[in-house]
Amino acid sequence: MTAASFETLTQHVADLPAGDFVAHAAFLGKVPVLAMSDGRIRIGDASGAREVQAHDATILVAADDATRLVTGGDDGKVIAIDASGSLATLADEKGRWIDAVALGASGATAWSVGKRVNARDGKGRVKSLDLPSSSRGLCFAPKGYRLAATHANGTTLWFPAVSAEPERLEWKGSHLDVTWSPDGRFVVSSMQENQLHGWKLPEKTHMRMSGYPAKTRSLSWSGDGAWLATSGAEAAIIWPFSGTGPTGKAPRECGVRPKRTTQVAFHPKALVLAIGYEDGWVLLVRLTDAAELMVRRGTGGPVTALAWDGAGQRLLFGTEDGAAGLLTLPGG
Amino acid sequence: MSDKIPVTVLTGYLGAGKTTLLNRILSENHGKRYAVIVNEFGEIGIDNEIVVGADEEVFEMNNGCICCTVRGDLIRIVEGLMRRKGRFDAIIIETTGLADPAPVAQTFFVDQDVQDRARLDAIVTVADAKWLSARLKDAPEAKNQIAFADVILLNKTDLVTPAELEAVKGRIRAINPYARMITTQKCNAPLDEVLDRHAFDLERILEIEPAFLDDGHDHHHDHDHGDDHGHHHHHHGGLKHYHDEEMQSVAIRIDGDVDPDKFMPWINDLVQRRGPDILRSKGILAFKNEPKRFVYQGVHMILDGDLQRDWRPDEPRVSTIVFIGRHLDEKELREGFTACAA
Repeated sequence: MTAASFETLTQHVADLPAGDFVAHAAFLGKVPVLAMSDGRIRIGDASGAREVQAHDATILVAADDATRLVTGGDDGKVIAIDASGSLATLADEKGRWIDAVALGASGATAWSVGKRVNARDGKGRVKSLDLPSSSRGLCFAPKGYRLAATHANGTTLWFPAVSAEPERLEWKGSHLDVTWSPDGRFVVSSMQENQLHGWKLPEKTHMRMSGYPAKTRSLSWSGDGAWLATSGAEAAIIWPFSGTGPTGKAPRECGVRPKRTTQVAFHPKALVLAIGYEDGWVLLVRLTDAAELMVRRGTGGPVTALAWDGAGQRLLFGTEDGAAGLLTLPGG
Repeated sequence: MSDKIPVTVLTGYLGAGKTTLLNRILSENHGKRYAVIVNEFGEIGIDNEIVVGADEEVFEMNNGCICCTVRGDLIRIVEGLMRRKGRFDAIIIETTGLADPAPVAQTFFVDQDVQDRARLDAIVTVADAKWLSARLKDAPEAKNQIAFADVILLNKTDLVTPAELEAVKGRIRAINPYARMITTQKCNAPLDEVLDRHAFDLERILEIEPAFLDDGHDHHHDHDHGDDHGHHHHHHGGLKHYHDEEMQSVAIRIDGDVDPDKFMPWINDLVQRRGPDILRSKGILAFKNEPKRFVYQGVHMILDGDLQRDWRPDEPRVSTIVFIGRHLDEKELREGFTACAA
C-alpha cells in the first residue's frame, strides 16, 4: 500500500505543544491530559491549556482511570492529578525509582519500587508485598481489589486486603507489562523474550503468543473484550480472546507497515484500533474490513502515548520527541 | 550509531578503588555530564550528576542459552534514563566488588532497546596492587573481573615494592594479555585512557595483539626467576611468565584465508558447548574470496560479528582468534581452528 492510498483525517488533528517525551496521554472526563517525562502535566486542548509541574524530576510511568492520572517519577513520588490540575502525593519512596503504577476500582492505586509492590485502597490504607524480583507491570482485576504484578519467572496475583498467600502464575523468563481481560478470565504478560504469555483463570492453563521481533510494550483490549491488540511487530498483532482464548488460533495483523508498532489503543465502542509506530505515524484501522485511515504522517520519534476519550470521538497521541496531537473525528 | 550513549562499566574487587576512580571521573573538569548507576548510595559526593541506585538483578534469558544472563535492572534503568535524553552524555555503571561482569556486558548484546540507545564502551577493572595476587587465589570474582577487562587500573602501586609490582603484573598478564594496563596511585590515570575506549566497536578492533607494550615505562628485564628460558620476546617487557591454572588466554593464527562455511559452524558450535568457560573472544579473519575483514567478538555464548573495512594491499591476509577463559583446551581450539583454513 502506498501512502497516497490512505484516506486521511490529518486535517482534523490539532497539534499540541508537548515539548518533551510524552509519557502518557489520557482523557480525564472530557479533558485531554498529557504527562511529559520532564515532570509537567498539560491539561486541556489547543484552545486553552494549563500546565502543572507534578514532579521536579522525570516521570517514568503513568496510568489513568478516566477520572485521575497517576504518575511515578525518579524522585520516588507517586502523584495523583485530577482534571482541575490539583495534585496529591500518594507516596514518597525517597528517591527510589517508581517502576510501575496501576489504578483500580474505588480509587485504588498500586505502585512498585524494586521488589516491593504497594497497594493503596480508596481510603488511603497501604499494603505491601515483596516479590521474588522487581516488578515492571501492575494491573488490577476488572472486579474486586486484586492486583497482578509481573516479575522474573512469572506473575503474582494478590488480594491486598486479605492475608492469604498470593497466588503465583509461573512461567520461566522475565515478565514486563501485564493486563487483565475485561471479563477477568485471562491474565496476559509481555516478556523480555519478545513474546506474550497468558494464563487462563482459574485453571492457570498456559497460552504462548510468540513471533514478535521486539518487545511488546503496549496492550489494549477491545471494548467487547473479545480481542487483545499488541505492539512490537511491523503491524498491530490482535489475538482472539472470545471463547477459549487464542490457543490454536492465528492472530489478526492490522496496519502492516515496514515500521514497528509502539502503541495500540482500541476504540471504546467500535472495532477500530488506533496504532502508533516507531516513526511517529498514527493510523486507525477498522477490524471488520481492514480499512485504514491516516491520523498522522510522522516525522521523527516513536509514538509513546495514545488514548481515546470515553465516547470514542477524540484520540490523543504523543511522541518521544515531544510532539502531540488531538484528533476529533468528523461528524461525531 | 554516533548518538548512542557510551556506557563504561567499572568493576573491581572490594577495596580496590572503584569509588575513588568514579569520584575522579565525576569531579574532573571535562565538561561531560554523567549518569551513574551505583549499588550503594552515599559514597559519591557530586550533586550535579544523575545517580541511580541499582539492584544487580541478574536473570537468565529463557532462550535456551544457559549462560545467557542479563541485568534486568539495567534494562529498566537505561530505558528510564532515555527519558532524560540530552541531559547527560555518558553512563557509568559501578558494579559491586563481587559482581561478575558478564551479565552487564550481555545486557548490551541481548536487549534490543538497550542496544538501540546505548553502546558498551569498555569494561574497566580497578585492581589493588597489594592484594590482587592473593585475591586471584581465593576469589573467583576477582579473576573474572581481570579476565573480562578492556582496561585495568593497577592501583595503589605506592604500597608495593617494584618486585611485587612486577609479580602482580605478570599474574594479570597470565590471565588477560589484551587489556590496556595502567599503573596508578589513587586511580590517577588520564581519563582519556579510561573513558571513550570503543573497546566493543567492531570497527575499532584493529589488532588483537597482546598489549604488553602498553605497560609503559618498565623496560628493565627480570632475570631472577628460575624458569627464565633466556629467549624473551622483547614484547614481554621483562614480565615473569606466570601461568594461571584456571584462567588463560589462547591466541591462534592462520597465515592465510579461512573458509567461512567451515569457520561459522565451528565457532558457533564451540561457544554453544564451551560458552560457560569462554569469557571473552575476538577474531579478525580473512574469509576466502572476501575483500573485507571479518571481525567478531563474543561474551560467553553470545557472538557479534560483521564484515568491516577492506584488507589493505600492504596488509598480509592472516586470520587470528583469541579466547580468554577457564580451563581452555588449547589443543582442541587449535585443531578446530586450523581445520577451518581455506
